[in-house]
Amino acid sequence: MEFTEDQVQRYSRHIILPEVGGKGQMKLLNAKVFIVGAGGLGCPVGYYLAAAGVGTIGLVDNDTVELSNLQRQIAHSTKTLGMLKVDSAKATFEALNPDVTVVGIKERISKDTIMDLIRDYDVVVDGSDNFPTRYLVNDACVLAKKPLVSGAILKFEGQVTTVLPGEGHCYRCLFEEMPPPGLVPSCQEAGVIGAITGVVGSLQAMEVVKLILGKGEVLKNTLLIYDALKTVFRRVKIPKNPDCPVCGANPTITELGDYEADYCRM
Amino acid sequence: MEGITITKKIDIRGLVCPYTFVKAKLAMEVMEVGEVLEILLDYEEASRSIPKSMEDHGQRVLKVEKVNDTDWLLLIRKEKE
Repeated sequence: MEFTEDQVQRYSRHIILPEVGGKGQMKLLNAKVFIVGAGGLGCPVGYYLAAAGVGTIGLVDNDTVELSNLQRQIAHSTKTLGMLKVDSAKATFEALNPDVTVVGIKERISKDTIMDLIRDYDVVVDGSDNFPTRYLVNDACVLAKKPLVSGAILKFEGQVTTVLPGEGHCYRCLFEEMPPPGLVPSCQEAGVIGAITGVVGSLQAMEVVKLILGKGEVLKNTLLIYDALKTVFRRVKIPKNPDCPVCGANPTITELGDYEADYCRM
Repeated sequence: MEGITITKKIDIRGLVCPYTFVKAKLAMEVMEVGEVLEILLDYEEASRSIPKSMEDHGQRVLKVEKVNDTDWLLLIRKEKE
């Protein structure tokens, strides 16, 4: 496949890079990335992946755009208030780059749908805002052996880690069980500074691009913690847990459970 | 420059930086190590920047020649992928 003249211009700064080149750009154009959540993290991740020419972006979210989202969710706008987030983000990303197809899925991802939804994708990105979804996505990616780039934000702090099933740690090696409801506040309760979503989402997009290109090192067996108030990044080693309930030698989680119900029963 | 076999030729007259290098790099990528690319260009800066960038990327510049009032001819041998 050849680049069009427009593509040569659009991706020229990528093609010049020895680590990318025409071959790397073609990998990006042929790549399929699935993003869970079209909110604070999903917006910048999708935005940069669309700009990079990632050919297919799957995006799942059940919400509509609210005014309280717009302090950080930069793919949406005052003009798309009330619109489904997946439709609002699709319009933004496809306007930025017509090479990109955004597949918007309007639902709350669940154990019944996630395996089918992620099957055709190369990489999964978690930009969800709740623990049941975070654990569901982790377990599904481990079972489906899909690379997962997980991000989380709250107040002035962010975290990023990359799960490579079979090679490194998973989210449960780090935090085996979901915290009880109420222990960790939500953004709605505790607040979140807008620009942190851009920092963490861009780090996630960068991890995805490296995975697609097969270049550099990703956050395997590592949790990156960003303290925005102090402007400090810390890398914490996360060894793979041999007794991990989902990715360990003798896993107890071999199929997806009802995370939502488990969480509510706690 | 006897004994040099030119594998591929590109005419990038009319193009300016960075597209001169982008086009040269794309042409080079689909060639095999050891093959030689001939580049015809008329953007003076590129007659210096392309050889420099190609060397930075590990390729070998065999010739840089001003062939008439407006054009330059470069020969670059691919040394690495």
